[in-house]
This record gives sequence, structure tokens and C-alpha cells, in this order.
Amino acid sequence: MTRHSPLSPDDGAPIKLYAKRKAVFPQKIDGHFRRLKWLVMLVTLGIYYGTPWLRWDRGPYAPDQAVLVDLAHRRFYMFGIEIWPHEFYFVAGMLIMAGIGLFLITSAVGRAWCGYSCPQTVWTDLFQHIDRLIDGDRNAQMRLAKAPWGPGKIAKRSLKWAIYLVIGFWTGGAWIMYFADAPTLVRDFWSGQAAPVAYITVAILTLTTVMLGGFLREQVCIYMCPWPRIQSAMMDEKSLTVTYKHWRGEPRGSLKKARAAPEPFGDCIDCNQCVAVCPTGIDIREGPQIGCITCALCIDACDRVMAEVGRPRGLIDYVTLEDTEREIAGEAPRPAWKTLLRARTVLYFLVWGGIGLGLLFALGARTHVDISVEQDRNPPFMLMSDGSVRNGFTVKLRNMQSRPRDMRVSLEGLPGAVMWTSEMPREDAARALTQRVPPDATEPLRIYVIAATGTPAQDFSFAVTTLGDQPETDIAKARFAAPEE
Amino acid sequence: MTKPDKGPTSRAGRIDEATGTSTVGHEWDGIEELDTPMPRWWLIALYITIVWGVIYVVLYPAWPLVHGATQGVLGWSSRGQLAQEMERENDRRAPFLAALAATPIENLPENPDLMRQAVAGGRAAFRVNCVQCHGAGAAGGAGYPNLNDDDWLWGGDLQSIERTIAHGTRQPGDSETHTSFMPAFGDGILTTAQMGQVADHVLSLSGKARDNAAGARLFADNCAVCHGADGHGSRAVGAPNLADAIWLYGGKKRDIVAQIAHPRHGVMPAWQGRLDPATIRMLAAYVHSLGGGEAFAEAAAPPAESDDAS
Repeated sequence: MTRHSPLSPDDGAPIKLYAKRKAVFPQKIDGHFRRLKWLVMLVTLGIYYGTPWLRWDRGPYAPDQAVLVDLAHRRFYMFGIEIWPHEFYFVAGMLIMAGIGLFLITSAVGRAWCGYSCPQTVWTDLFQHIDRLIDGDRNAQMRLAKAPWGPGKIAKRSLKWAIYLVIGFWTGGAWIMYFADAPTLVRDFWSGQAAPVAYITVAILTLTTVMLGGFLREQVCIYMCPWPRIQSAMMDEKSLTVTYKHWRGEPRGSLKKARAAPEPFGDCIDCNQCVAVCPTGIDIREGPQIGCITCALCIDACDRVMAEVGRPRGLIDYVTLEDTEREIAGEAPRPAWKTLLRARTVLYFLVWGGIGLGLLFALGARTHVDISVEQDRNPPFMLMSDGSVRNGFTVKLRNMQSRPRDMRVSLEGLPGAVMWTSEMPREDAARALTQRVPPDATEPLRIYVIAATGTPAQDFSFAVTTLGDQPETDIAKARFAAPEE
Repeated sequence: MTKPDKGPTSRAGRIDEATGTSTVGHEWDGIEELDTPMPRWWLIALYITIVWGVIYVVLYPAWPLVHGATQGVLGWSSRGQLAQEMERENDRRAPFLAALAATPIENLPENPDLMRQAVAGGRAAFRVNCVQCHGAGAAGGAGYPNLNDDDWLWGGDLQSIERTIAHGTRQPGDSETHTSFMPAFGDGILTTAQMGQVADHVLSLSGKARDNAAGARLFADNCAVCHGADGHGSRAVGAPNLADAIWLYGGKKRDIVAQIAHPRHGVMPAWQGRLDPATIRMLAAYVHSLGGGEAFAEAAAPPAESDDAS
């Protein structure tokens, strides 16, 4: 018995530690799922490239960009919604909804995210169309890949890669538009006046877009992305997945063989169309695998072939694992609504919808005014020359509307006490004062509260009411500190 | 899917049927590891990180040596970066400091923006230079005046505060320093009993003791010349107000008697020459802003809108 080196298998050929990527040249195909993919691509890319250019009038004091992440001023604008840093739970809630939404989709229809709307899929799809546009369809691309470098190939490659770069640049360019006023930024960008971070971001995103979408493609899904691995754990026997019905298709035989002796052969005519159109270059007939992003283009290809040879469609189709067993046993598949409406998907949906409703409720119930109070701790109280006791507070008035508002701050409790701010004379001290707060801003006030000799330490409150139309109120508890008698 | 067990040696490098890939030859309870080759781009990425590392080592400080480390050809250091940032910060503040130096302190309240910056700058300078005596909250302590209240020995308007900071109190060698001197009445001028009567009278000024005629007479003869007939003091000579609730050296009878007998005289350094005039001006603005500042009436303009939205 010979002992093998771990580096050489039984046939003695050395195993390479590193494998070169096998280029994939997916063939053009048309069909229901391809059209769905076109639609998804159009919508998602349209949203991505177009959103920063939508305008939304917020008056003279706020930006008029519909969707804007204003990092410098720590504001997030989304149409009629403006989110402040302390309301970041909205963003967290939306991210949780996105996560649970993915669970929901995965448990119901498998890796639909991977197949249709993942940016990696959408951009890879886009780049593969560019390949076809410049190099021709699958066979022409294969020929060109094998062809020696010559003027023709150099020209085609240069053109293709130039288009890659333009798409990458446009992708990076669209990204930065979300973080500043788009028209201004475009002007600044081309006149060289934009911030360095804008140029660096565009450069990095151009590079990553071209690398991931133009060259690495399915390698990202197979080697880099954790999501396929997580999804495997979230799918169950009732999740839809792209399945080759081997019980119907096997054994494979070409049309010629089947015509000569129809008996042993199944429906698969071994035309390899399903492999040819696959954007990740797998053979779905080997069964479910990590490389399958369930884009369903093989279903389109197989349906077309089955129609041509006059056999029923759906040799490759979206089937659940449970239905696979039923079909093998000759039973009818379960109705789709039964597959979709089950405890797991319903639960996911309820959690997802519950968080959404909660966020909507919080959005509707939130006020656009806020008062917060911080008491001086050193010294906690001050004895004045007339014997009265003074406390210092830093009071912050937050105006979350895009218009300046006058706010009336008043003392509640603490009988006999009056207050004044560091910006007004003490003689004007009163139980209430009015302060104008700029639009969309927080106004800090140094407030001194003074009470007569002998006032004991006690709780009281600062209340704020906005003046003008749509008055809003808020209240903040505080404590008046005094010397012990 | 698995072949029958042929023993550990023959497993090494066998081809897995389902994947067509060789196994590495290890086996744990029937679980084997496929020897799937790494993608080549992964290897390329490793090489790129190595190249990056080499470039970084050449450009930036990297190898630790016995004393210090290699410098890197860019000459970058975190200290140098800090110096640059400080320089940029100084450049940024230069216009403000120039404007502050050009504005007489009594005109500061007319410029709320400048005032606000001066108060902020003064707060920082106070933390460094003043907290040792006056405390972090400027509340002072026994013998060290509280700067938050409305009782001022030498005046509480912006100009007076600036002058006090610049020239100090009882600072030898400074001609403009504040100086006041109270005789030690315990050294043969008043008897212990008389000093008790005066102390009672002083306390009665703020309602903390009953009137006594002997004390009032002694006060009129010995004290009123500086502290005034009603005990309200005089800023011109630095005589404290004895009729209010603020006591620098304690407000109990014992404390007052001690101060009459052998008065303590606090000293505050003159900051002129130690701090630049702009810093002194900022300190004055800060102290004035603590709630007891005087002569603020002309600054009662409506608060300006903040130009900073955050």
C-alpha cells in the first residue's frame, strides 16, 4: 500500500493550493424571470442613482434635498422626516426591519435577495450586459478570451474596461451625493473644490465597483459573503428554491438518442442551456449548492428548451424541499399559500410589521420641541449678598422645526423664585422668560434661579411652550439646592 | 456518499465523490475536511498586503530600536501632527484674539458673538490658572472670594474685574494693585470684651444679633471710617460690606472677633506679564458671566440668533 502525500490525490497529480477563477460567460436569455430581473435592476439602480436629485421643500432654513445624510450637522433628512442624533433609534429600527425582512424573504422564497436585489448581483448583471454589448454573446466571449492579444482584442478590452470605469465612477459619484447637496457637490467636484474625502470616496468606490462587479463577480458570493451561509441556516423544507427535478429529467439523453429509444430517458435532453446561462457558472442539476443565487435564469432557459421540444415546462423550477419529496412520491404539490402562510413566516411578518408600526407611531407622536436641564454641581447653590439662594442651570431648548420659534420657559413649583439668564440683567428676573430659538437648532441658556432666604431644597420643573401656531410643550424636572438650616 | 472506511492511511488525499475534491486526510468521528484550493485572488490579496506592509515600513515609523524607532522617509510623527494641528488651531483663533485685543472690555457686551467666545476662552484659562485658589466652580473658600455671587470687594463690572486680574491684590511691586489694610485691633486698641461688642453690632447689621449701643459706638469710632456708618463698606478702600450675607473669613461671631483682632489679608498675584492681555480679558468676561457681574444693563439687547445650527 502506497502512502499518499496529502498534496497529491490517488491519481498522483499534484493538487494546487490555489485555484484560478474559472471565467463565466453567461449566455443571453429571455423569459419571465429575466424580465423580472430587468425590472428589479431598473428600479434599484434608478433609486440609487436618482434619489439624491429629488428635491423636497423644507423652507428657507433646511436643505431642500429629499434624502440627505448631513453628517456635518448631524441630521438625516428623508422626505418629510428629519432625524436628529438622539432619534437614531429610527435608523436602528429600520435596520432591524431590513434584517428581519431578509429573514422573512429567505424563509418564504429562499435566496431571492441574492438572486434579484443584492447590489453585488445587480451590478454583476449590469457588467455582464456590458460584456455582451462589447464582446458578443457567450461563444464570442469565450473565443475572445482564448484569442491572442491583438489590435482587435486590445480595442475591445480597452473599451469594455473604460465602460467599467465609467460605471464604477458613476456609482461612487452617486454615493457621495447622499451626503451633500447634490447640484452643489457636482459643481464643486468638477471644479476641484469638493472636500478631499469626496474624491477619496469616489476613487475607492470606483475601484471596488469595478473589482467586485467587473472581475470578482460570483467569487464574492462564494468566498466573501457570509450571507449565503447564514441563509442556509434560515431556509427550511418549506422554502422555495431553484430545483432541477431529477426524478423527471434523469437519465439524460439527447433528442436523437431519445427518438431512437425513448424508453429509458427522462425529460432532460442534456442541452446544457441551464449551465450556459448561469451567472455563477454552476450546474443546477448537481443539486442545491452555495454557488446558486436562485436568480432563476436556468428556469427561463429550460422552459424555452422544453417548449421547443414539446415537453411540459418546469423541469427546473422553484420547488420546496417538501414538494420535491411529494412529487417524487407522485403526490400533488401543496398549494402555494399553504407554503407561504406558515407559523415561521407569519411570525417573522408580525415582528417585522410590529416594529414598523411602532416606528410609525413613534414618528407620529414625537414632538418637535425639547427641553433638557443640567444643574451646576460646583457649587450646588450660591448664597447672595442679600441672603437669598441662587442655583445655576444649563437649560437646552431644542427646536426641531425648520423655522425659528419663540419659546416661553417657565418655572413650575418653587414658589417665590424667579430666574434670569446670563444674557439679561438680573433686574428683569421673572417666573417666565421668552427665548427665540433658531430653526433646527439647540439653544443653550445659562439660567439662574433665585429664591428667598430660608427656601428649603425641593423639586421643581422647567416647562417650555412654543409660541405661535401649533404650540408644543415639554417639561424637565430639576432640583433646587439650598443650604441646610 | 462516503466510501467504506479503508483505514486512516488510505484516507489521506482520497477524492471525495460528491465534490471531486481531495480530502486533507484528517478524520474526526467520520467528519473529514476537504482540501479545497483557495481562490487565486485570495493569494494575490495576501501579496498586496505584504507589498503594502513594506511600503508602510519605509514611509512611516515602524521598527522599534533600543532608543526610539525607525523614522520613515515621510518624517511623520504623532508629535509633529499635533504641532501642526495646534498651529492650525492658533491660526483659526488668531482673528478672534486680534478682535478681542482691539475691543475695550466695556464694549464687549455689545458684541455678543465675541463675548460668547471670550467667556468660553476664559473658562478654559480659568481651569488652568485660577482654580487652585478659587476652586473649579469659582466658589472660592474661606479666605478665597467666591466669584459667583454678587458681592465684590473691588468692583464687579467688566473693567474692574479685568483690572483686578491684571494687577492682583496686595501684589508687591505693582503700583496699580489693590491694597487695603485693616489694623489689628487686638494689639492694644480694643479689649476682648469690646471686640465682642463690635462683633455683635456687625452681626446686627444683617439681622443676626440684637442691637447693642456699646458696640454701635465702638463701631462708629473705630470702623465707620472705612466700612461706613451703616457698615456697607467701600470699594474705594477695599473695605468689605459687613451688612450682607457674604463673609470671606466666616460669619460666626468667633470668626468676626478673630478678624477684628488680627485681620488676615489675602493676596492675589498680578496676572499682567504672566498671561497675555487677551487671556486676561477672556478671564474677566468669564468671571463676569458667572452670575454676579455688574453693569450689564447696556447689553440687554435681544439674544442674537446662533449662526451655528448644531
